[in-house]
Amino acid sequence: MKKIISVILTLFTLASLMLVSVSCSKDGGESTGGTTTLYVYNWGEYISDGSEGTIDSNAEFEKYCKEVLGMNVKVNYSTFSSNEDLYAKLSSGAVSYDVVIPSDYMIARLAAEGLLKEVNPNETIPNYQYISDDFKGLYHDENEIWSVPYTYGTVGIIYNTDMVSEDEETFGSWALLWDENHKGNILQFNNSRDAFGTAQYYLGYSVNSDDPAEWEEALGLLLEQKNVVQGYVMDEVFNKMKGGSAAIAPYYAGDFFTMYADNERLAFFHPEEGTNMFVDAMCIPASTQNYELALEYINFMLSEEIAIANAEYICYASPNSLVYENETYMEDMAEVHPDAISILYDFDMSKMEFYHDLSDETRMLMNSLWEDLKIESTIGVAIYVICGVIIAFGLALLVYNIAVKKRRQYYFNKYSK
Amino acid sequence: MKTLSKIYMWVIFALLYAPILVLILFSFNEAGSLNHFSGFSFKWYVELFRDTRALDALKNSLYLAVSSSLLATVIGTLAAFAISRMRSKYIKNTLKSVTNIPMMNPDIVTGVSMMLLFVAAMAVPFSPLKKLGFVTMLIAHTTFNLPYVILSVLPRFQQMDKHLTEAALDLGCTPTMTFFRVELPLVVPGIISGLMLGFTLSLDDFVISHFVSSPDFQTLPLYVYNQTAHEVKYSMYALCALLVFVILLLLLGVNFAGAKDQKKADQPKKRRRKAGGAA
Repeated sequence: MKKIISVILTLFTLASLMLVSVSCSKDGGESTGGTTTLYVYNWGEYISDGSEGTIDSNAEFEKYCKEVLGMNVKVNYSTFSSNEDLYAKLSSGAVSYDVVIPSDYMIARLAAEGLLKEVNPNETIPNYQYISDDFKGLYHDENEIWSVPYTYGTVGIIYNTDMVSEDEETFGSWALLWDENHKGNILQFNNSRDAFGTAQYYLGYSVNSDDPAEWEEALGLLLEQKNVVQGYVMDEVFNKMKGGSAAIAPYYAGDFFTMYADNERLAFFHPEEGTNMFVDAMCIPASTQNYELALEYINFMLSEEIAIANAEYICYASPNSLVYENETYMEDMAEVHPDAISILYDFDMSKMEFYHDLSDETRMLMNSLWEDLKIESTIGVAIYVICGVIIAFGLALLVYNIAVKKRRQYYFNKYSK
Repeated sequence: MKTLSKIYMWVIFALLYAPILVLILFSFNEAGSLNHFSGFSFKWYVELFRDTRALDALKNSLYLAVSSSLLATVIGTLAAFAISRMRSKYIKNTLKSVTNIPMMNPDIVTGVSMMLLFVAAMAVPFSPLKKLGFVTMLIAHTTFNLPYVILSVLPRFQQMDKHLTEAALDLGCTPTMTFFRVELPLVVPGIISGLMLGFTLSLDDFVISHFVSSPDFQTLPLYVYNQTAHEVKYSMYALCALLVFVILLLLLGVNFAGAKDQKKADQPKKRRRKAGGAA
């Protein structure tokens, strides 16, 4: 019996080893049968993908490679949901990508840690000339080495015109998020950086401050806000605002249009104190296997037709002059929302501030303050109470059991003699 | 009292199934919204079948779930057989608790350690493992499926009447024949439940897959999660509704098959006994 089982097991292990080597040879090489695979890693829902009659950008690129470059290319497109996810994947070294699209502060960090390969877009990307000068040489890439801007966006306040009137005193300012009149109808970011950002802009402090006192003050403001806030949310904001179960929420301008499509009573403004701005840009990781093709891809994404299709699909602002100066694009966006162009493009750049990568101490401080904010609630206390009760109950049960056993033992010994 | 218990039952049912029902209902909503129902339509289903990336992810998920649960079932059944035959109680108990480790471990620990292992294995010269992908996913999923299979098969082996094995051996069966003809058929229900458990666990695993996956092999949970940066597509509701439907069919099928098997299993046993007697 033992022999047979060991024979079976050996065969089995051999078979699985063969499986490993077979499937490795299947997807191990970068180019099998003359097809090159280009690995692109982007935000979720951040490219025109051919749904509902739009252009499928990646399929167009494959077609372009076949017809113009004479290459068989397959775009392997995968997505991430936060910059930190992307960072974890890239820094683990377990997978390699050819094009990634992180946000500004993450590009600075990736470049500093040597995880990016130089792009030098001025020499390698012909379409880079169409990028607006406002978006060249920003803080995360001062010498225009690492990145090519893809989209940008701003944070503003989305409100329901049924519940908030424009004549209110706090309208047009971050103060609206602290307005007692809208108690229970205000949403706040459930993400430390953005939530602290709202308080810091309101206070007139820099969001990149290293001064602990300023962060403490921002926390004080957020604690004060707790009485009027309905909840801390991220993508739940879509359903809450669409359904009218909340009146005011800070969120990204591009996503406002998604909500507006479903609820025309929503409106948007940029607070007068200034707000956050971010740029998502295309970069090439150091681990790339197809540097030349990656450059082609980046250049192709900046070409007129594709860039417009992407900008219309994701509704974020485009730094590409081929897009924002295009008449059809403007008309299409006006159909989405009458003021779409002015919301996306018309704001005072001098009042916008990027999030820089925080120093380690400041990041730790921010995280601990954020914990303070989230824990200091009735639910937090209730959890401790419940845990305490459960532990006490468990201990009582244990003591009781031991006592019963001892007594039994005692009587057993007493009467068995 | 009776009405009260009935109400209680319905409340529990509502809590369990309301989210799924809402999802199915709104997958037919023309407006693409969770707030108002504008009309019945198959729009999102059509949209889903045009979305090749989602379908690829679904295909990968099913492929992985089937292969990892089958693999885990084979290994797990053999392991359970061996464990049930062990004489030393000490070793037996140690082995039992060791095999439970992947189950007791938080997923995130399993995921990170698997990823580190694979990255280390890739660095070894001449290693057959070149990069993350289907193979690493298969290894990881098989690993976390194993304890569940062992857990559902082992009790069957232990409850089995030892005299049946002895009788078979006595009547001229070789040990191999005994295993395949007597012991294996008796543990089949355990094997099936282990297989089903493994299949569903692998189908909906997110945390471990998150660490050991690569862009070559994306599964459905990963695909849906990565959409949360912006709004999740409404065609995902359609996909989830279809999945619920398929799993429901599968469960019904297994239940019916199980009921039939039991009936069948009762009859041949008698016949075999007679045949044995004649021999």
